[in-house]
Amino acid sequence: MIPVSWIFALSVLVFATGALGVLIRKNAIVMFLCIELMLNGANIFFVGVSKMRGAAEGHIFVLFMMAIAAAEAAIGMAIITAFYRRKGGVEVDRADLMKW
Amino acid sequence: MLKLILAVILIPLAGAMINGLFCWKTKRKAHLIAVPAIAIPAVISLVLFWKVAHGQRFDGTFYWWISVGNFRIPIGFLLDELSAVMIVTVTFVATWIHIYSIGYMDHETDRGYAKYFCYLNFFVFFMLTLVLANNYLLMFVGWEGVGLCSYLLIGYWYEKASAANAGMKAFITNRVGDFGFMIALFLLYKHLGSLIYHDVFASAHELTLPLATLITLLLFMGATGKSAQIPLYVWLPDAMEGPTPVSSLIHAATMVTAGVYMVARSHVLYNLAPFAMEVVASIGAATAMFAASMALVNNDLKRVLAYSTVSQLGYMFVGVGVGAYAAGVFHLFTHAFFKGLMFLCAGSVMHALHGELDMQKMGGLYNKMKITAITFIIGALAISGVPPLAGFWSKDSILHHAFVSGHKIIWFVGTVTAAMTAFYMFRLIFLTFFGEPRDKHIYEIAHENPPVMTIPLMVLAFFSATVGLLALLPGGGFEGFLNRLFEAAHHGAEHAAHGGHEAGGAAVLILISVLVAFMGIGLAYAMYMKHTPDPKKLTERFRPIYTLLYNRYYVDELYFALFINPTVGISRHVLWKIVDVLIIDGIVNGVARLCSLVGNLIRKIHTGFIPDYAWAILVGIIIVCGLKIIF
Repeated sequence: MIPVSWIFALSVLVFATGALGVLIRKNAIVMFLCIELMLNGANIFFVGVSKMRGAAEGHIFVLFMMAIAAAEAAIGMAIITAFYRRKGGVEVDRADLMKW
Repeated sequence: MLKLILAVILIPLAGAMINGLFCWKTKRKAHLIAVPAIAIPAVISLVLFWKVAHGQRFDGTFYWWISVGNFRIPIGFLLDELSAVMIVTVTFVATWIHIYSIGYMDHETDRGYAKYFCYLNFFVFFMLTLVLANNYLLMFVGWEGVGLCSYLLIGYWYEKASAANAGMKAFITNRVGDFGFMIALFLLYKHLGSLIYHDVFASAHELTLPLATLITLLLFMGATGKSAQIPLYVWLPDAMEGPTPVSSLIHAATMVTAGVYMVARSHVLYNLAPFAMEVVASIGAATAMFAASMALVNNDLKRVLAYSTVSQLGYMFVGVGVGAYAAGVFHLFTHAFFKGLMFLCAGSVMHALHGELDMQKMGGLYNKMKITAITFIIGALAISGVPPLAGFWSKDSILHHAFVSGHKIIWFVGTVTAAMTAFYMFRLIFLTFFGEPRDKHIYEIAHENPPVMTIPLMVLAFFSATVGLLALLPGGGFEGFLNRLFEAAHHGAEHAAHGGHEAGGAAVLILISVLVAFMGIGLAYAMYMKHTPDPKKLTERFRPIYTLLYNRYYVDELYFALFINPTVGISRHVLWKIVDVLIIDGIVNGVARLCSLVGNLIRKIHTGFIPDYAWAILVGIIIVCGLKIIF
């Protein structure tokens, strides 16, 4: 039996990895992957809590979130593709129209 | 009674609304609405007058207009002897002037024709509001309303710069007087707590003498504006830019008499302030003579009549100023007929000559325009005070009261003015209608006008000749009727009631005033028909006086130098260039510049790089969560 604290530790580790990746990387695809990592970190957390309380809500939430993540992935990749066509690369510092 | 009063007031308003809102529909038929809209109230006014003559009065509230705490102003009406006389005069003269206008305005465009009748009805509505109101504030509404209509009608030909300017001049000059009027109303409300005549007059004795004097003088300041007295008379001669029936209705018969009406209406207050009454009488006498002297040399047909109006208004103020309110109002009543008539005659001449107003170019028109000439002569005889025509009775009554109340100087000025009046009126007649035609072309085109214009002339001429006889009715005649109102509030101080019985003295006074009238007429005949003394030679001999009179004492120039140019100068160089451009624009632009500056500083935060925003979000979350944990 794996202790719940381990599951939480894993969740925090995955989430922090994702957050760090979003903050320090410039490649939009990598950042996008990192956002998925953050989502999955949160999912693990939900599962852990659900297991700890012996209730099923957390599992249901996770299913919903996976569906949303899938939809988001499709839109996100489409945006990145369009961005690549316009700017000739996927580095986010190419998106500077909003700069003062 | 209230229903009848409302009908009198609202029918002209309805007429104005129909022509105003549907002028694209009524067009040339505007008079079919406008004339009945005055004629019906005229009939109702006669009914009301008949009721008042039989001792009925009305003072009632239609509804409460303003009701804020203790400040309560009704839309209420007062019908007594004074307002009954006023509504009959206004509606009756207005009816004939409306009919006359059909002929006079037939050259107008469709739209302008309806607009003209709309304004004219609107004017009558406000004038009736003015005279029927039972409180000062509602009177002030009418007071301002007639001023507005006067402005609109003076500037009726607004494409002409002189007409537009004359309208503005009239309006602004009146504002100066209205300023005094309003302060008087504030003082009345402050010290008596009401503006309703009934309450004001009932508690008027509580006013201290200086206060009563101040209030009445301020009210009179309003009257000098509206009724064209020194020093605010300057707008009236320029107001002749409007269509002539307008000059007849507004600037001779009705609106300009509003000041006299107001003083007569406030007689309770004026009786408390002898000094103010002296001022009213003196200003009236001074204006009468001053304006008459300017009429002596003017060559513009309508302007002579305008100065004559100013002069006659002066007489009315002499009347009310010496405490003979009834005589003043009687002169107002007769003057409405004969001056209205003379303006219509002038309009008839002008219409026939395609707008020519210079008397020096006329002459001999009697042969071409017999009706106009004869009716004009009747009007001129009436204003000159030739018995038994209307002006004789009323003017003589004023002079008589001035004399017996001890105002000998004012009586003398008035008598001299009467001679001047007769002179300039007959100078006008001889130059216009008699003698040799001085301009062949103008003589050629002259023709008598259609009946729609000459019938009003004949009707008004008939009344100009006969209304004076009302003075002979039993019970003191016309003035006795009015004195039912004035003497109820005014015991003892009525010198005239006793003086009037000195038949011998009165006869001498009458003889003198008739004599001076004939002297004036005779002199005009000698100068302009016989040329002995020749007016041209006289002009040469008295060149400085002639120039002074001809240029109207340079009063307009003086006002320009003293008030208008400094005002324009201050407006341009201080208010515009400094206050507006520097201060007001500075504040507005400064606020905009400040926003722009702060924005410029703060927008540096937005780098446009996504990781920076992500960092900001992370840091924000950490701070928020940290705060949550700590507290």
